[in-house]
Formats: sequence, C-alpha cells, structure tokens
Amino acid sequence: MAKRNNTLKLKFDNARKLAPAPESRSSATIDARYNLFIDGKFTPPASKKYFATTNPATDEKLSEVADANAADVDKAVKAARNAYNKYWKKMPGKERGKYIYRIARMVQERARELAVVETLDGGKPIRESRDFDVPTAANHFFYYAGWADKLPYAFPDRKPTPLGVAAQIIPWNFPLLMASWKIAPALATGNTVVLKPAETTPLTALLLAKIIQEADLPPGVVNIITGAGATGAAMVNHPDVNKIAFTGSTDVGKIIQRAIAGTGKKATLELGGKAANIIFDDAPIDQAVEGVVNGIFFNQGHVCCAGSRLYVQESVMKEVMRKLKDRLETLIVGDPMDKNTDIGAINSKQQYDQINKYIKIGLNEGAEMFQSSCSLPKKGLFIPPTVFTNVAQSSRITQEEIFGPVLTVQTFRTDDEVIEKANNSPYGLSSGVWTDKGSKIFNLTTKLRSGVVWANTFNKFDPTSPFGGYKESGYGREGGLHGLAPYVSLEKFEE
Amino acid sequence: MPQKMITIPDFSLSPRIDKTGIEERADRITKRSIKKETKVNGLKLVLNMIDLTTLEGKDTEGKVKQMCYKAAHLMDTYPELPTVAAVCVYPSMVAIAKKMVEGTGINVASVATAFPSGQSALKVKLADTRYAVSEGADEVDMVISRGKFLEGEYNFVFDEIAQVKEACGNARLKVILETGELITFDKVRRASDIAMYAGADFIKTSTGKIAPAATLPVTLVMLEAIRDFYYKTGKMIGMKPAGGISKSKLALHYLVMVNEILGEEWMNNHWFRFGASSLANDVLMQLMKEKTGVYQGKDYFAID
Repeated sequence: MAKRNNTLKLKFDNARKLAPAPESRSSATIDARYNLFIDGKFTPPASKKYFATTNPATDEKLSEVADANAADVDKAVKAARNAYNKYWKKMPGKERGKYIYRIARMVQERARELAVVETLDGGKPIRESRDFDVPTAANHFFYYAGWADKLPYAFPDRKPTPLGVAAQIIPWNFPLLMASWKIAPALATGNTVVLKPAETTPLTALLLAKIIQEADLPPGVVNIITGAGATGAAMVNHPDVNKIAFTGSTDVGKIIQRAIAGTGKKATLELGGKAANIIFDDAPIDQAVEGVVNGIFFNQGHVCCAGSRLYVQESVMKEVMRKLKDRLETLIVGDPMDKNTDIGAINSKQQYDQINKYIKIGLNEGAEMFQSSCSLPKKGLFIPPTVFTNVAQSSRITQEEIFGPVLTVQTFRTDDEVIEKANNSPYGLSSGVWTDKGSKIFNLTTKLRSGVVWANTFNKFDPTSPFGGYKESGYGREGGLHGLAPYVSLEKFEE
Repeated sequence: MPQKMITIPDFSLSPRIDKTGIEERADRITKRSIKKETKVNGLKLVLNMIDLTTLEGKDTEGKVKQMCYKAAHLMDTYPELPTVAAVCVYPSMVAIAKKMVEGTGINVASVATAFPSGQSALKVKLADTRYAVSEGADEVDMVISRGKFLEGEYNFVFDEIAQVKEACGNARLKVILETGELITFDKVRRASDIAMYAGADFIKTSTGKIAPAATLPVTLVMLEAIRDFYYKTGKMIGMKPAGGISKSKLALHYLVMVNEILGEEWMNNHWFRFGASSLANDVLMQLMKEKTGVYQGKDYFAID
C-alpha cells in the first residue's frame, strides 16, 4: 500500500559521509613575508609595517604582507607613470599582446598552486578555485591578449588611446579572478596599473606579481601593493592617477565617487547586488533548483551577483521548496581543502558576524528559517546553507545585501508582478529567469533592470561577456568588448 | 486509510528537461572524490548490484554456465566478497542459468518482448514473456516500442507495458527505454513516466545494442523521474543503467548520483542495478589495488 504523501521523505545523511579527500598543500609554497611589488621588484614598505593574513577555515596565520602607506602608493604610481611613458604607451599592441599571452599561459601552468593558495587564504572550496577561479582568470588574460593589436576594430572610426595610470582596487571574494578582470583589459589597451588586493586575501595577487615578474614585463607596468582602506584611499586620491576601477561595497563606491568628483578621473564601479532569481511554473524545476543552489551557495554566497532573492510562481512553490530542501541536504559544508566540500569557510570574522546579524534580523521579522541538517566543523567560520520563507519585499533580509549563504523566497502570481518585484530594489547587477518558453525570456530580459540576465542558468561568467550594474550596483562594464571602453579615450580621426 | 488512487497523467505534459542543466549537474557528480573506506565499500556495493549479462546470438549452454559460475564466485581468494545481483540472459538460456545459480541468492533475469528491437506483435511479446517466466526467470527485462513512442502513440506503449507486467506474474519487470533511440531528455523523461505509471518495477536505459547506451546525464533524468513518481505515489521504482559502464570510477559516480538524488533507501540491489559484462573485473582489480597497494595485470582476474 502506498504511503501517505505528506510523510514521504528521502534520506540523504549518508550522501554527505564521504572519506576525507584533501587536496595536497605541497604544490604551494607561501613565503613567511611579502613585500610590495613596485617597479618590477619586491620592496619593503616605507611604512615598515606588516599585517597577518590567515586561513579562515582554521584561524592559522599563513603569512604577513606589507601595509602600504601614502608614500608607498606614491612610489607605485610614479613607477606606473614612468613605465607608461617609457615603454607601454609606445609599444605596439602586438607586442603588448605577447606579454599578456605569456601571463595567461603561466597562470595555467601554475594553476594548482594558485588554486591551493586561493583556497587557503580565502576559504572557498578547492573545487571552485580549481574549476572556476583559476581557469577563468587565465581565460580573461587570453581573451584580452587577443584584443591588444585589434583595438581599432573594437572602436570603428575612432582612435582609441590609453588613459595612463589605472588604480585598481579589488575585493576578497574572487581575489585572483578580479585581479585578472582588472589587469588584463588595462594592459591590452596600453595603460599601466597599480592594483591593491583586499587585506584578507592578498596572497594570490602577490603570486600573480611573481608571475608578472617572471614574464619579464617592463618594470612598473604592473605594480601590486597591499594594505587596507587607507591604502585604497591614497590610491583614489593620488593626483597622477587617471582611472579608478573598483569592485566592492556600495558604501565605499559612494566614497570614491565623492572623492573623484571634479578631478577628471574616470571610474568604473562594480558594487553590491541583490539579484532576483525567478522560477516560472513551466520551468524545468530540477534544473532551476540546481540553478538556485549555484546562484546563492556558490562561494558561500560571497558573490555580488548572487541570486539571493528567489521568486517562485505560486503554483509550483511546494514542489520547488521540497526539491530545494532535498538538494540542500546533500551539500557538504566543511574543510575548503577537501575536494568534496561544496560550501567552505566564511571569509572573515567581520563577514561572519554580518551574516549572523542578518539571520537574527530574519528571525525577528518572523520569517521561517530552514537550514540543512549538515554538521559544521568545530573550528573556523562556517554557516550552513540557510533559506528564509514567509518574507515580503518589506523585509530587511530581502532588501539588503547579506553576502552570505542566505536565500529569501517569495511567491508571485503573474509575469508583471514579478517584474515589478524584481526591479523593486536599489540594486541592479544581475537576475535569473527560469522558464521553458523563449518568448517569456525575451519579455523579461527587456524589462528587468539589471546588467546581466541569465536565462535557465545562473552565475555564468565568460571573458567575452560584459558584466556590470544599474543603480546602486555601480556603472561601467567589465568583460567582453565593452570592458575595453573604460580604459580608452576615443578621439575622432582627423579628416 | 484507503489506498491512494494513482491517476494516470497526460504524458504529453511530462516535465520538460533542460539539457545544459542536466549535463552540468551530472558533471558536478563526477567531481566527488571517492577515497579509502568509502571507495572500498562502494566497490563492493557495485559488485553486488551487477546484472552480469550475456546477450549474444552465439550464446550457448557452455558460455552461460561458465558465466553463472563466475557470478557466484567473483574471486574466491578475496574473503567476503558479495555475489552479483543477477545474471541476465535470453529466454532460451533461463532454465540453464536458473539451475546454475540455485542456492546462491542470485536472480535470473531474462530479456523478452522481441528484444532488442521490440518489433513484433503484442501476442508474440506476451508469449515471449510467459515463456521466460515459466522457465524460471525472476526478473524480466522488456523493451518499449520506440517506433510507437516516437509516433506519439503513448497509450499503445502504456498498454503494452501494462500487459507485459501482467504476464510477468511475480517476476519483477524492468522496462528498457532504449534512450539512445529517444535522443532528447524530454522524451526520456516522458518514456520514464509512461513506464512507471504502467507498472514497471525498474526503468532501464538501454539494451546495450545501440550507442549511446547508459550515460550519467540520461540516468540523472530517469532518477529525477523516479523521485517525482515516489513523491506523487509513495511507490519506489528501481533504476538500471546498462551498457557502456565498464570502469569502477564511473560506476562509483553512478552510486554518488543515486545517493544524492534518491538517498540511501535506493543504495542496494533491490532498487539499483548495473547492466554490465566487463565491469566486475575492473572492480575486482581496484579492490585488489586497495588491498595490496599495487595493480595486478588483467590475466590475474578470471574472465568468466
């Protein structure tokens, strides 16, 4: 006799119990101390100060890195300016391209080392740094290497010329990948670079500095300096910088915007997000659920374009929730170095507290919380995959960016309703649409106010595709043909 | 509590499947790294889930007898190895196989219904089925009428399965969809739904005579169909990927998939089988490697 439906439950406890499969640390050597990479050399900071970088999964100190002060920033900008005038702006695009190709190949050759260090320093699962971060970083260098000698084709009837020195500030969620997103198009267009990685995840950018040194780029073309907010402020405020490229929080983006007002400095800002992920009742539900998982639990939810607001058409809500809960039960949370880990460590104590604050807010707002029954490691910063239902547009947890493995789920009835709800956010970086119907996809892509709309997939990144936001998610595009434009000024040919 | 009525759905409305999404999920399954005791336990489970198969025109009593001996004696020098789940043969070989595996706990499965093409009259298919069962088959592996299915004659396919099920009596029925001839995942899903609602105890990918045979993505589509059917009806259905699975690592990926889609209740040979002829020896080779630390040559493993 058939069991009653509401008592049916699949059991997944064993699916998470796999013997440890740790990635070896032996492929990576981490120095005890790193200096600033300025003018082609690693040089001690004028500040004489260093700060520690730790593994968020174990609290173990990995290394210490230099804390660059205003004098160090000035030195780096001068090196970049000198390299711009002396080598880089005069070098034919074809030659610049060769250097960028060389970096791309060296990133590939040292992929394992970079993946291990990325995971140790940032806490993301080795599966992701190995299969996503490092290969995609190499792809960005390959892609923009190809543009270096073809810029006139990118801008027909215009003469693209480089801007000069670009100050680039990147976040801690995709350290190596963001470095490649920023450096590759700047070099391809003939600019020189001063780049600062985030203070909690500086190591892969410093390994990239070593690669750039070995690739024998002319000294000063790329300078990589480390430090926290004060270092970044000194970069933004330096008078000889022509271009700011920033990825990070909306708050800091606003500060930068104010700081450069009236200076003539160009900027691209890639800021926060609160993406709507929309499942219609005619969607392939199992694949949509997988897309939801990839959308919000990828990289512990530390993704500016994470699909953190799920909208489900009411007629399939029950089915979607059951499948989502089943899928969450199979996710493995734990040691980021284990090849089977799906969700790794939260990047920093500060972020860990921030996420827990929002979980508390959600509970206080009366939202219903589901967390997977997985066990968490006793040490380190871990949060299980978390889903809130019984929320509204007016709930703070659906309005504010949490930047963690926390999903909110709302229902909708009609296409118009969900478009209105999806756009009802100060952010507009990305969104996702799940439906079997092509015409519905095109209807939504024209009406959703976000820089990226994914259809029947989520969190897909390709060097050929532009990425960037509307509203408080920033402006300017990175990636693809569009990603060249923020690094050139376009003059008309004289007749 | 009255028994829940199972209503027959409109099969043209079976859920649509997104190919890219299925392939990505299947690919992610292969990223699971199965080591140490998980590997050894998994490999033993794989052996215990095999339907050791010979389906050739040139099959003889001698061949079937030797295969049946191997089924019960995979490697007598390795202590406490399980046997395979079943031997799978043509109807004419059922009686011989039945006698050979007597007392071992191994089932005899027989293909039927004008295997592998299914291009015959229903009465011939039913007679074929009854003959296999009367010879002693514990399980019947039938093929669906793919031609009729592709013509959109879903009721024809449904009725045929239902009647073969009736002809099986107590034998468990595995329904082969021959996914290599259905091509799209939408059609695989629809055929899975038809088979389950018509009374299949198992759904099975392939005959082994058409390429591609079993793949991880197509198996994922079928496992998800089984899960949806279970939640709708409370009835468990078994799964059998067949053909093209000859390596241990791939077999372990299948187990990970079953474990993550259907959970631990399906992790036994009552609900999951591999249709394979050469998989067992690769698994034995891996087990010996885990035990001794070195790989041994293939001549150290008996072929039948």
